[in-house]
Amino acid sequence: MAEIVLDKVTKRYPDGALAVSDVDIQIADGEFIILVGPSGCGKSTTLNMIAGLEDISAGELRIDGERVNERAPKDRDIAMVFQSYALYPHMSVRENMAFPLRLAKVDKATVTRKVEEAARILDLTQHLDRKPGNLSGGQRQRVAMGRAIVRNPKAFLMDEPLSNLDAKLRVQMRTSVSKLQKRLGTTTVYVTHDQTEAMTLGDRVVVMRGGHVQQIGSPQFLYEQPANLFVAGFIGSPSMNFLPATLENSELHTPLGAIPLTDRVRRLAEAANAPREVIIGLRPEHFEDATLLDDNEKSRGGTFNATVDVLESMGSDKFAYFTVEGETATSAELDELAADAGSADLTDGGAQIITRLSAASQATEGAETTIWFDADKLQMFDPSDGRNLTYTE
Amino acid sequence: MAAIGAKTRWALIDIVVVVYALVPVLWIVSLSFKTKETLTDGNFVPRSWTLQNYVDIFNTTVFLRALVNSIGIALIATAIAVVLGTMAAYAIARLDFPGKQALVGVSLLIAMFPQVSLVSPLFEMERGLGLFDTWPGLILPYITFALPLAIYTLSAFFREIPWELEKAAKMDGATPAQAFRRVIAPLAAPGVFTTAILVFIFCWNDFLFAISLTSTEASRTVPAALSFFTGSSQFEDPTGTISAAAVVITVPIILFVLFFQRRIVAGLTSGAVKG
Amino acid sequence: MSHTVQQTRPARPDKGKRAVSEGKKAERKLGLLLCAPAALVMLAVTGYPIVYSIWLSLQRYDLRFPDQQKFIGIDNYVTVLTNSYWWTAFGVTTLITVISVAIELVLGMGLALVMHRTLVMRGLVRTVALIPYGIVTVVAAFSWRYAWTQDTGYLARLFAPEAALLTERVPALAIIVLAEVWKTVPFMALLLMAGLALVPDDLLKAASMDGASAWQRFTKVIIPVMKPAILVALLFRTLDAFRVFDNIFVLTNGAQQTGSVSMQTYNNLIKGLNLGIGSTMSVLIFLAVAVIAFLFIKVFGTSAPGGDGGKR
Repeated sequence: MAEIVLDKVTKRYPDGALAVSDVDIQIADGEFIILVGPSGCGKSTTLNMIAGLEDISAGELRIDGERVNERAPKDRDIAMVFQSYALYPHMSVRENMAFPLRLAKVDKATVTRKVEEAARILDLTQHLDRKPGNLSGGQRQRVAMGRAIVRNPKAFLMDEPLSNLDAKLRVQMRTSVSKLQKRLGTTTVYVTHDQTEAMTLGDRVVVMRGGHVQQIGSPQFLYEQPANLFVAGFIGSPSMNFLPATLENSELHTPLGAIPLTDRVRRLAEAANAPREVIIGLRPEHFEDATLLDDNEKSRGGTFNATVDVLESMGSDKFAYFTVEGETATSAELDELAADAGSADLTDGGAQIITRLSAASQATEGAETTIWFDADKLQMFDPSDGRNLTYTE
Repeated sequence: MAAIGAKTRWALIDIVVVVYALVPVLWIVSLSFKTKETLTDGNFVPRSWTLQNYVDIFNTTVFLRALVNSIGIALIATAIAVVLGTMAAYAIARLDFPGKQALVGVSLLIAMFPQVSLVSPLFEMERGLGLFDTWPGLILPYITFALPLAIYTLSAFFREIPWELEKAAKMDGATPAQAFRRVIAPLAAPGVFTTAILVFIFCWNDFLFAISLTSTEASRTVPAALSFFTGSSQFEDPTGTISAAAVVITVPIILFVLFFQRRIVAGLTSGAVKG
Repeated sequence: MSHTVQQTRPARPDKGKRAVSEGKKAERKLGLLLCAPAALVMLAVTGYPIVYSIWLSLQRYDLRFPDQQKFIGIDNYVTVLTNSYWWTAFGVTTLITVISVAIELVLGMGLALVMHRTLVMRGLVRTVALIPYGIVTVVAAFSWRYAWTQDTGYLARLFAPEAALLTERVPALAIIVLAEVWKTVPFMALLLMAGLALVPDDLLKAASMDGASAWQRFTKVIIPVMKPAILVALLFRTLDAFRVFDNIFVLTNGAQQTGSVSMQTYNNLIKGLNLGIGSTMSVLIFLAVAVIAFLFIKVFGTSAPGGDGGKR
């Protein structure tokens, strides 16, 4: 059990590259915290610095109030689960799990007891004498977890532990990791690039980009109150829709038409000193098929007409894709997100809008449909620095 | 039906390969078992069999001494080359340090180097240093020319080791020494062993240095001694004894190939082709 | 080749080689320390002798007349380069190199395909193919010599019962090439097989779907994809063939103008005890090899194996 504090932790490589810059995170005892971000954002480096596998260039790392910057990994009493699982191929499952205990010179009987206990928890008992090479991906993953839990470390560090599993197993293992962590109550730092994992697993989520922390908060808070464009676009699936807009006389001129500002949005925008050119963001669930709403509901937002490009029926609801003519929103953050998603060069002719409609919607592909959106849920961002102009604590 | 046809075709092709590889070896084996009378009958299979040629060579100090030299020199050179090569290959595969590319380049140069170009200066230097016609006089050049081979093969093997295991061991509480001894060494062992086989074959095979840097039985290895069998026994045709000696020094190679085929193939290909 | 390889996982510059901790300085020190012994041995046994042999090549130095040792500049080079024996040996070496490497490439490719694709006895084929590679060259050379010796040999009896082939220049050279080819085809094949393994099966399937015949798949897909491996194999073998010595020594001992440049050097040095001339030849061979390597690397763009050391 431990509290982990990163105090202005920085990693600078000898060639001058700054991998992690002034990261401040306070991780409470027993907390499950997620480091999430696109490739190269510094999340793994941060984890390795906590582990002691990489030196800290500046700043301080404290575990239970004690500075541990200079301690070797083995003296930090932290266990780690690697993306590749890093199981010792020449040792059986039992030997793999016993390895940390044997190094710690724990007596044989205790080793056996603890290994068997861990095996029982993880449902590995019948595989104890097999070699990792003969196990399935999910079993290997569990052995890696087992090796981490046998010695009751102060904290678990997990480096994308589920990313080598196939989609279905990943969802299953996600639940078991979460249960295991609750059961053991051990402080856990979990690195992933998958925002779904981040949203579902963490007590709190740290979003990183380019070595900087973008925002720290509970998954729900990050979803509802993203601090900037990057967090807004990264968290949520399907992601938030972004459109360029011009702010004039309490009205937004957007490719969807003119949108009058609601009181809440106007107040926040004024307080934030919003510029004239902005980017607006709307989550897919803040749209609805206008025919399903009564006039009262409709009056709380705006409507627009567009042709449905693609309609995906998920059963519980429907995803409708539209192309909105006109300019697309551009900013460094959005470009980076697009590049990370591999869709950087897919935007052709206008902005794509993804909407989530009720299952009752009668919209069909190729037909023009009237879509309503909730103007009060609208978020507004400053294109120059990405800051959320409608952010509230 | 098509599958059976394809199998037969492959079987035929395979037989051609087997014949290609084995006939010259079988021929020298055959010669070694021929009696003096039938030695020059030109028959591929001996008409009458004898072990006399083997008895003869093991009764001469010329051959026995050469065999001892061959084994001793090849083993020592292999051991040293593999130890030095392992150290260097670990550094190349794992560590970042200035001069790494230079070392890789130098080994590559040596691998391509015409050995005969070294014969003249080494001959003169070794005479000056008293190394001429001694074991170390051969071991040194063998190590030198085996090192590039060892470094390439080993660094290719080392790159295959999942080094994350080293981190995992550290996280599991191992000191660097423990991490090496209990995790890395067991994984590196097969690569080191394979390299040792390749280096041994190289040293065992050498002829040019063996014939240029030796002058007596003191350090002459079997390949070099073989070529002197011809001159030394003028009154007797040495074909039978040469063949017997040739077969004897082929035995270890055959054993290596039989038992470690997979490793040798892996070693040769991993080191050489990484474009 | 990296541009054709799709990355299956996103590149993560925050991980990778750099993950070694314990401080850069210690790492550098350890690296240098670990490499020092190997580097020292290699330099001592090659670097110094090369310089020394250049110095020797500028001397008149005959061990039979050690008193007459004297600096004579490039006279030795003039002597060697105006000598017809040298040029004959050079021609023979070049001829043997070109012909045997060409044959090896073809047969090696064939053997590589057999080892890679055979449906039956793959283990046996691979094992057996290693024998020529592993066998002591001198042993193999004796086998060929006796096989072609009049009366003694089965091949002589089969093909030319009336002639002593090893004492005639052209047949003798052919036998030398045969011995070289037999010994080194498997090595060539192994290098090429490693290249073949780099050709994804899917690529060949795609080519078939696109309508390529077996031959077209071979020439249009396999060869281009494995071109780097082919060039490396060619480079290795060419340099190796240029050093040809063992086979000639045993088969003809250089008689009937079948000697290679290595034989010439050896004869001048060990038999003639003429260190000056021997060293001159050493330097010339070294230069020739350097030119060959340079041509391969610059003209064909052969990438030096392992040259990209730390990366990957």
